[in-house]
Amino acid sequence: MSARNESDVRLARLLVSPATIVIALVAIFPLGWTVWESLHRHDLRLPWLGQPFVGLGNYARIIHDARFWGALGHTAVFTVVSVSLELVLGLIFALAMNRAFRGRGIVRVAVLVPWAIPTVVAALLWRFLFDSQAGIANALLLDVGIIDEPIVWFVHAATAWVPIILADVWKTTPFVALLLLAGLQNIDSALYEAAAVDGASAWRQLTRITIPLLKPAILLVLIFRTLDAFRVFDLIYVLTGGGPGTSTEPIALYAFNALLQNLQFGYGAAISVVIFLITFGLALVYIKGLGAGSATGVER
Amino acid sequence: MDRSPAESQADAPVRKRPSTSSILGWIGLAVLVLLIAFPLYWAIVASFTPEATLFREPSLWPRTIILDHYRALFTTRHFWVPIRNSIIVAGCTTIFCVVVGSLAAYALARLRFRGKGLILGFILAVSMFPQISIVSPLYLMLRALGLINTYPGLILPYLTFAMPLTVWLLVGYFRQLPPDLEEAALVDGASRWQSFVKVLLPLSVPGVATTAILTFIYSWNEFLFALSFTVGPDRQTVPVAIALFRGQYQVPWGEILAAAVVATVPVAAMVLIFQRRIVQGLTAGAVKG
Repeated sequence: MSARNESDVRLARLLVSPATIVIALVAIFPLGWTVWESLHRHDLRLPWLGQPFVGLGNYARIIHDARFWGALGHTAVFTVVSVSLELVLGLIFALAMNRAFRGRGIVRVAVLVPWAIPTVVAALLWRFLFDSQAGIANALLLDVGIIDEPIVWFVHAATAWVPIILADVWKTTPFVALLLLAGLQNIDSALYEAAAVDGASAWRQLTRITIPLLKPAILLVLIFRTLDAFRVFDLIYVLTGGGPGTSTEPIALYAFNALLQNLQFGYGAAISVVIFLITFGLALVYIKGLGAGSATGVER
Repeated sequence: MDRSPAESQADAPVRKRPSTSSILGWIGLAVLVLLIAFPLYWAIVASFTPEATLFREPSLWPRTIILDHYRALFTTRHFWVPIRNSIIVAGCTTIFCVVVGSLAAYALARLRFRGKGLILGFILAVSMFPQISIVSPLYLMLRALGLINTYPGLILPYLTFAMPLTVWLLVGYFRQLPPDLEEAALVDGASRWQSFVKVLLPLSVPGVATTAILTFIYSWNEFLFALSFTVGPDRQTVPVAIALFRGQYQVPWGEILAAAVVATVPVAAMVLIFQRRIVQGLTAGAVKG
């Protein structure tokens, strides 16, 4: 038996190494490189300067960079607003999907299409809906009488956020609903029957049974969506380009501009490292929460 | 119709519930489907509408249907170039990841060896990487290798998100299969490798296919790397080409939306055909996390 085990271990190493080496080469090594870059001044437009070591100089510059803090603020607000909306709407739709039993196929397709289409395409659809003064969003709002004259959505920071948030909610709420639905289907229906016998109202069943038992699934959705929303790039790049000015610029777009527009590789790398650290911190916090929550058992 | 046993079970108690709540559920679902479908419907209608009437008195039903935007897309815009690029890049990424990933996933799911937990944790951690945090070194690396604006110059970066995804999903699938058959093969004198190739792999064709579909969709939709590592239209993928569409005087909405429809067709088709598998893959990959 031990011969078998030994050969198993050898086979396992052999099988695991290609994938692990590939991931190390294309992900871990570049990450280390980013950290190294962030400690140097490296401007591709000024190659004669070389790459002098500047210690934490780039990070010190970040602290005084108003555009960085603005971008971080936009990202935080975008993340909180869109993820909350997606969670609430996703839960409502998951509950509805859990009840209906006919037409499941249609709903499943409807729900999967926004998830599956390129984010760039989703952004363009919403840009079109809100684009010109005569776009359909204005036409509908005028018809209903909510506004008296067309809004030029992409000219003001406050209104430019509307299509951004709507597009994100449109694209990702279905995914949230699917994950929550999977969680709902793991809840033992006997609990509801018992509660119904005891005369518990639907609302009481929701708050006392569904939501507590759904906590692990909810935490999971929160991890996925927060990390995703925090690195939002495609959507805003296409919808507003970060404009007007830099008033809708998220942190990933600022890093991209610093790197590939301004070619400041040292400074851009420092911003990238900060994004990485924040993402990692968020993931750790959530995983701790999930570890505490999973004891209640959504996992099979 | 096409319901799995698990779903039918979940349906069963539903029928006993009061009808008011199921009516509410129905209304909720109808609203959901309408809200999801409307932007898509509107874009499809617009892609068949003459540019001149696009913004004049928008109507819910198309009055005149024209194919000009689609024709322009493939003649003057050469949209088949980004389509070809996307198919090559997403296809190669998927094939490479599924082959290399299934080897690793088999070992991680079935073999006992030290450091397994560590490797799984490492793969999960990498899948959470923000892409932007490795864009600059990848750019410098590809530039040094002369791979900017080439297919390998996109496939290599795509491995950063595709490889963890495939390994993670396949580990889940391999673990679901009962170990008895493999054990039987081993008792009959087959080697581990033979039992993997001859017994486990044929059984996991559905799981491998789902993994391939998801990997392909993620690669087809990727934007940041494709934007950063291509120059000009020769090697641009579909999302980049659409995002950078420019008209001479104004935004060519008709052509943009026609391109959006064309870009959506392959993924929408996959969703239509493989909907149940995709849902299982997505939720299984996630719920196991």
